[in-house]
Amino acid sequence: MSLKLGVPSKGRLMEKTFDWFAERGITLSRSGSDREYAGRVEGLDGLELILLSAGEIPRELAAGRIHLGVTGTDLVREKLGQWEQRVEELAELGFGHADLVIAVPRAWVDVSTLDDLDAAAAAFRAAHGFRLRIATKYHRLVREHLRDCGVADYQLVDSQGATEGTVKNETAEAIADITSTGDTLRANHLKILDDGLVLKSQATLFRARGPRLDEAEKATLAGLMRKLGL
Amino acid sequence: MSDALAKQAEALRVRAMFEAAGARPVETDVLQPAETLLDLYGEDIRARAYVTSDALRGEQMLRPDFTVPVVQMHMAHGAEPARYTYSGKVFRRQEDDASRANEYLQVGYEVFDRTAPEEADAEVFALIASVLRGLPLRAATGDIGILMAAVGGLETSARRKAALMRHVWRPRRFRALIERFSGAAEMPASRRALLDAEDPFAGAGEMIGLRSRSEIAARIEALREDAALGPLAEGEVALMDAILDVQESLPNALERLRDIAVDMPAIEAAVERLARRTGALAARGVDVTNLQFEASFGRASMEYYDGFVFGFYSEARADLPPVATGGRYDALTRVLGQGAEIPAVGGVVRPGLMLGLREGMS
Repeated sequence: MSLKLGVPSKGRLMEKTFDWFAERGITLSRSGSDREYAGRVEGLDGLELILLSAGEIPRELAAGRIHLGVTGTDLVREKLGQWEQRVEELAELGFGHADLVIAVPRAWVDVSTLDDLDAAAAAFRAAHGFRLRIATKYHRLVREHLRDCGVADYQLVDSQGATEGTVKNETAEAIADITSTGDTLRANHLKILDDGLVLKSQATLFRARGPRLDEAEKATLAGLMRKLGL
Repeated sequence: MSDALAKQAEALRVRAMFEAAGARPVETDVLQPAETLLDLYGEDIRARAYVTSDALRGEQMLRPDFTVPVVQMHMAHGAEPARYTYSGKVFRRQEDDASRANEYLQVGYEVFDRTAPEEADAEVFALIASVLRGLPLRAATGDIGILMAAVGGLETSARRKAALMRHVWRPRRFRALIERFSGAAEMPASRRALLDAEDPFAGAGEMIGLRSRSEIAARIEALREDAALGPLAEGEVALMDAILDVQESLPNALERLRDIAVDMPAIEAAVERLARRTGALAARGVDVTNLQFEASFGRASMEYYDGFVFGFYSEARADLPPVATGGRYDALTRVLGQGAEIPAVGGVVRPGLMLGLREGMS
């Protein structure tokens, strides 16, 4: 059988992944029309390209339906419990940099650290009768980070998009989201806490630890590792 | 007999022992309103409990324990004093350790009694010890009330004491606060700059969100007052550390705490409660000379307990979760009681683990 490589199906992440492999002698491309999510591989026999959403790649790796996958560290850590035991990081690809950060309104001049956030959350709860809301889609990562730092009296509210706008819209008091330059945060009157970095993420090539490889797949993987210089 | 049925039978056997001790059997719903548990435990509970939802009732949690619904039931229409027992499954999300069970049987014994709390503490511990008799277990005890009394007696502002009280169950944050209040940790540069600023709101920009300017101003004022306040006395910090370090047999621990109480009279009443409890345990036949006491026991894992705490652990299998745990949770009844309160103490055992240990012995 062929060795299955999962790659994000659209956008800059796909293009940069294609470039990264091309520099190493493996040409990945979308076959057929632009609308069709089928892939083609040249330069290595036995490797099959599977195009799918970056957010689904962690799950597919964990299930063993793909053997290799390119996605962000943030998504793997958010979606997979005990991720180290389920996937191996083969290579950081050097693009798709994004930091998961905790940000609060710039007007909160009294809040610069998680310690301040914790104190503000206690006072907020006493004043408003509910726990201070932090909007995010990275529930697990943010919750673990805040627990480790001993922050209490907050609640996470789900936000799958336009998270930076939630504070102004009064559906949250603070946010935890991915940022690369911080421009969007500034434009929305938000600031990153001094110790608000939860995770540094970039596009990474992962190998699923689960699936057992047959001889042909093992040979393909060995060939791939040689080409990639890993 | 299948494994599950054997565990069920063991659970019923233990529950019968609790009933024989005078407890009334009760049942609770598996699905509990998530809001109550979230308000009580905070967001962390989501990492430990399964949350589900429907469009009508909103978020529900698969009960992570029986204590909260049993307390609610008692406070809604219980007669006093009351003793309850229950047996059934609890559900715990396990995301970091696949070897830990995510559903298991618990059998519990809870006492709601206003008279002689130390007697009730001893009753629960001795009863659970009798249920576990013969198993290779080691017991550990503690008393979060002593640390809370120490915090309450600190010669510092009410605000600092409240901050410490709020984090009694989060040892790392508690330690960080002690270091800040005692001057051992330097003030962060950002706070220094804020306090020195002529107009703290100079770079604030547009006010957005629900947290108002007056709330922010109030906190700045609180920070100013705190900065003007002297550090915690070195002696008090040392005594607090001495309390947290106590870790020995119950009689020795009691002696040690009595020594500390000479310099810190605020803990005297709590230490005398420990003494009365020790006496009550001995009177019930518990070998107190070999019973371990740790002043910080249960702080990281048993958040609603605010007095006596205990756990029974496998001696040979340190990897196993505790076979039984329990403690006093007066504060929980205050939070759930909407103005009412009742002193309460209880404990749970895990029949599945008991069976496993018994099989391991034979």
